Amino acid sequence: MSIATTLTQVPVKVHEDKCIAEKGCTVCVDVCPLDVLAIDLVKKKAFMQFDECWYCLPCETDCPTGAVEVSIPYLLR
Amino acid sequence: MNRIDMEFDLVVIGGGTGGPMAAVKAKEKNPNLKVLLIDKAHVKRSGAISMGMDGLNNAVIPGHATPEQYVKEITIANDGIVDQEAVMAYAANSFDMIQELDRWGVKFEKDETGDYAVRKVHHLGSYVLPMPEGHHMKKILYRQLKRARVEITNRVVVTRLLTGAKGEVTGVMGFDCRTADFYVIRCKAAVITTGAAGRIGLPASGYLMGTYENPTNSGDGHAMAYHAGAALANLECFQINPLIKDYNGPACAYVTGPFGGYTANAKGERFIECDYWSGQMMLEFYRELQSGNGPVFLKLDHLAEETIGEIEHILHTNERPSRGRFHEKRGNDYRKQMIEMHISEIGFCSGHSASGIWTNARGETSVPGLYAAGDCASVPHNYMLGAFVYGRICGYNAAEYCGSTAAAAIDESAVAAERARVFAPLERSEGLTPFQIEYKTRRLVNDYLQPPKITHKYEIGLRRFDEVREDAAAMVATNPHELMRAMEAYSIIDCAEMAARSSMFRAESRWGLYHYCVDHPERDDANWFCHTLLSKGGDGQMAMSKKPVEPYIVPIDEEERDAYQRLRVERKAEAA
Repeated sequence: MSIATTLTQVPVKVHEDKCIAEKGCTVCVDVCPLDVLAIDLVKKKAFMQFDECWYCLPCETDCPTGAVEVSIPYLLR
Repeated sequence: MNRIDMEFDLVVIGGGTGGPMAAVKAKEKNPNLKVLLIDKAHVKRSGAISMGMDGLNNAVIPGHATPEQYVKEITIANDGIVDQEAVMAYAANSFDMIQELDRWGVKFEKDETGDYAVRKVHHLGSYVLPMPEGHHMKKILYRQLKRARVEITNRVVVTRLLTGAKGEVTGVMGFDCRTADFYVIRCKAAVITTGAAGRIGLPASGYLMGTYENPTNSGDGHAMAYHAGAALANLECFQINPLIKDYNGPACAYVTGPFGGYTANAKGERFIECDYWSGQMMLEFYRELQSGNGPVFLKLDHLAEETIGEIEHILHTNERPSRGRFHEKRGNDYRKQMIEMHISEIGFCSGHSASGIWTNARGETSVPGLYAAGDCASVPHNYMLGAFVYGRICGYNAAEYCGSTAAAAIDESAVAAERARVFAPLERSEGLTPFQIEYKTRRLVNDYLQPPKITHKYEIGLRRFDEVREDAAAMVATNPHELMRAMEAYSIIDCAEMAARSSMFRAESRWGLYHYCVDHPERDDANWFCHTLLSKGGDGQMAMSKKPVEPYIVPIDEEERDAYQRLRVERKAEAA
């Protein structure tokens, strides 16, 4: 398959010590309008899967443990 | 890729602003109606007001403004091309909606006497009502949806409408952006509330999702309405907004204006009399950007500390709260320097300008059983409150329509065709990515469609869109999420072509920068005092027509007619 994977620094950072996805929490994944967050099924932590962030902040605001931190994407920072 | 069949009376497509209101009001009109609210995101945080809103930009409140004054203001601001009856239907219901929202728990700014604290931002009248605590808007809507027992389906991307023998709505099709399950929903009526087409142009930063609008608003509703046979109105009246450079969100002069903030040039001088977003205002903004006095800034550094503190609280907790951290990283401090601004990429958004799926004063489109409200519909300068008011109008009228209509059979051949179209990218293992198709389309939009509009550039643009459309037939998606982006890319190509064809049809200049044609630099009322309509022709291609402007119900004086043409601050000649 002739498709490359290009690395990029994503704007949403999940502090894994605070993330409680292993307890079944999916709040950040649920509220993201662009559906770019997901739960890593091995680590049982949330992470940003797609670099398509509108820096709108529901994931950070609604996280019950303050584990999500959104930065302005580098290209427009 | 399972097929999931559902049956409802009414399906509301898009759960942002107007959608929840339409669904709640349809249930209020007829509690026995089966109503589905469907969203490709999650209704709790979807749409333009995902993080709330800092104010009402078009509140028509007794004692401050009358519906007639408002209709007049919008008629003038939109260069006369309005269906006044439709604007009046908004204006006459504006205050009632504000009171209802107030009862639901929305907090509006009030003065010491308990009256709404209305501010002046428009050129003529006063219509801006601040909501400093407006960040709770989506929670309030969600509570109403639950109370009204509206059924909700999240993460399903609606792609096309199904129509019957008489062209009427008979169903809705889409797919789940996580599982790729295919949905076929039989219904009697549908309301499209999919917001602006905010992903047509490419932000100057090059970041695909760094748009002014919520990037979920990719014009899916405009595309599905077009393919269902609906007419779209005045698409050449683009949305172009004055925004914080690079951040690409509102700066925002509507909030700061009443506090004494204003748009200034590099010398710190005011150059426009009014910061209300009209095409003429944008043209003056554009001219200043291009001139030796550019760039353009939002000026607040002359204000008192407590005023700036209040502005920061409103701007950094509402609508686009990440503005605060953008400024922090840049070292921007409202107290110390002006904030650099720029103009946005183009889009379709009746919330701020005047283009969208054609609707009348009842929220009806040209397709029986199909309604539209909010930024995707054609009622001009409608903003959030207009989406609510028209959501209610659509909800009531769609409920009534459902009561007198029987459900029709689903056209299974249309279902099979759509299913094949939607899932094709998932079945390929080689090809172009949705990202590539989308990026190229949007870059071409900037190169060829961004005003000033030049006919030859538009002709080249159309040829290039055709090439991309051919290339899109090789799009590959490796998962349901990418499939969502692939289907959005199709909506974006459709909208780009609609923008070009509508612009080339109207052979004059109107609405300031929104439709500034270099080949036809003057406004031509003799030939173009009309709406333009775009719809699917018999040959399956886009067809254009003129529609006369409906007779005015609020007359406009000769003197007021050109008020928005005189926005530039006049400078007296200085003695040499």
